[in-house]
Amino acid sequence: MFEKTGIPSIEMIMEKFPTIDRINKGPVAVVECYKKIPCNPCQTACKFNAITVGDDINNIPEVNIDNCTGCAICLSKCPGLAIMTVDGSKSNDTVQMRIPYEFLPLPIEGSIVKGLDREGKYLVDVKVLKVLNPKSFDRTPVITFEVDRNYMYNVRNIKVEV
Amino acid sequence: MKQAELVIIGGGPAGLCAAISAASSGTKVVIIERNKSLGGQLVKQTHMFFGSEKQYASTRGIDITDILLDELDKYKENVEIMTNTTAVGMYEDGIITVLHKEDNYFKINPKAVVVCTGAFEKSLAFPNNDLPGIYGAGAVQTLMNVYGVKPGNKVLMVGAGNIGLIVSYQLMQAGVEVAAILDAAPKIGGYLVHASKIRRMGVPILTGYTVKEAIGKDCLEKAIICQLDEKFNQIFGTEQEFDVDVMCISVGLTPLNELLAMRGCEMKYIPQLSGTVPVRNENYETTVENVFVAGDTTGVEEASAAMVEGYLAGLCAAAKIGHKPEDFEFRKADFVKQLSDLRSGPVGQHILSGIEQIVQ
Repeated sequence: MFEKTGIPSIEMIMEKFPTIDRINKGPVAVVECYKKIPCNPCQTACKFNAITVGDDINNIPEVNIDNCTGCAICLSKCPGLAIMTVDGSKSNDTVQMRIPYEFLPLPIEGSIVKGLDREGKYLVDVKVLKVLNPKSFDRTPVITFEVDRNYMYNVRNIKVEV
Repeated sequence: MKQAELVIIGGGPAGLCAAISAASSGTKVVIIERNKSLGGQLVKQTHMFFGSEKQYASTRGIDITDILLDELDKYKENVEIMTNTTAVGMYEDGIITVLHKEDNYFKINPKAVVVCTGAFEKSLAFPNNDLPGIYGAGAVQTLMNVYGVKPGNKVLMVGAGNIGLIVSYQLMQAGVEVAAILDAAPKIGGYLVHASKIRRMGVPILTGYTVKEAIGKDCLEKAIICQLDEKFNQIFGTEQEFDVDVMCISVGLTPLNELLAMRGCEMKYIPQLSGTVPVRNENYETTVENVFVAGDTTGVEEASAAMVEGYLAGLCAAAKIGHKPEDFEFRKADFVKQLSDLRSGPVGQHILSGIEQIVQ
């Protein structure tokens, strides 16, 4: 089905997520790269050896959750924009997520925007905490938002109302 | 008649890399480019490239042109660039005829040539496919990313290969609504990371659909699509209407290489390489001595592979005409390995099965 729609199933998503214990310890990368393609900038970008593609650049990247600091450098380096981070250490009710976001207008820090799922459907309102767009991100800004824990496996995009 | 050591026809990613390779080996290179600037299709690729560091992965295509031009500039005493110049003929005596702008037609006599003429877009037949508002994906990208012109307000994208997916994303970045992406194939052809990033913007991807008809008086007003059965026949009663002012046709590319056929190179039709391509050896030399090829003209593939092919063909062409660098074997082995790495996965298997049929 994924190959017809571009929408991964919840099982596929869950497989890419680390355990809830790891998420509660602090930010960690979730690499939603499901199909072999010749690509390895995530591995090159990571200073902590937390992402391994290996000798065959077609391999699916693997995240070492113990090495991953959740620094989010890989988010703006992945040509497929397939990486996000999840951090459950800040609150029992919410998680902080970071996603790459290449659209204008950028959300405003502190504002409430619409959280969308992997089909682009409205799921829940999320609060924008941080908008990072330094030169080193090369025009792929990274947005940090806070969302109800119940939605962390489903929310994957935001919509900024103009 | 102009004398030259190595002529490179086409200043896109493959041609520029061929020029860098050859010029750095001490060869005098002439690049012939029909557009007013170098870079080929790179100048409209605003997305980050895949591949690995050596193929500039994670760098945007628009910036790769500058990286390559800076590299080429290091050997500028060996490089002559002729833009606004089209190669119009390659004859059996080795002479190339070129047209500079519209008035200066002359001959070049090179020792060797690397043909890097790329590919051209395929079309799709349906009633009224000539209505204004129906574009090829390349034209949409040129309007939008080169000239900053919105092609319209609401687009139906035809084709879910990498180009269709990428251009859909770029259209949304430009503030254009994408109504849907459709593809006749039962599965999405492009990379699924691209598909996912468009899908989560709310754009439906309809596989197993085709365009039945375009409707409009003076320009496109409506597109009618319908479902296809497993034999690609239209299924009656499955029609859907889209009120769109743009239809973007992105149904693939086919190698552009009439010059090679004219020169007498042996050509073969290879479906996996998207069309008729030259038979060649592992150095990217065709069946005509000193005629080399690189990039999409030898088979449609990603730009990352085109660049490595360019480096390899430029190196081998230089060596063939007396400019074999000391580290030739080392450099060649590196390019060969890069290509085999890029093609080692499931996407590459298809390409490799085509290449097997043309390499002698």
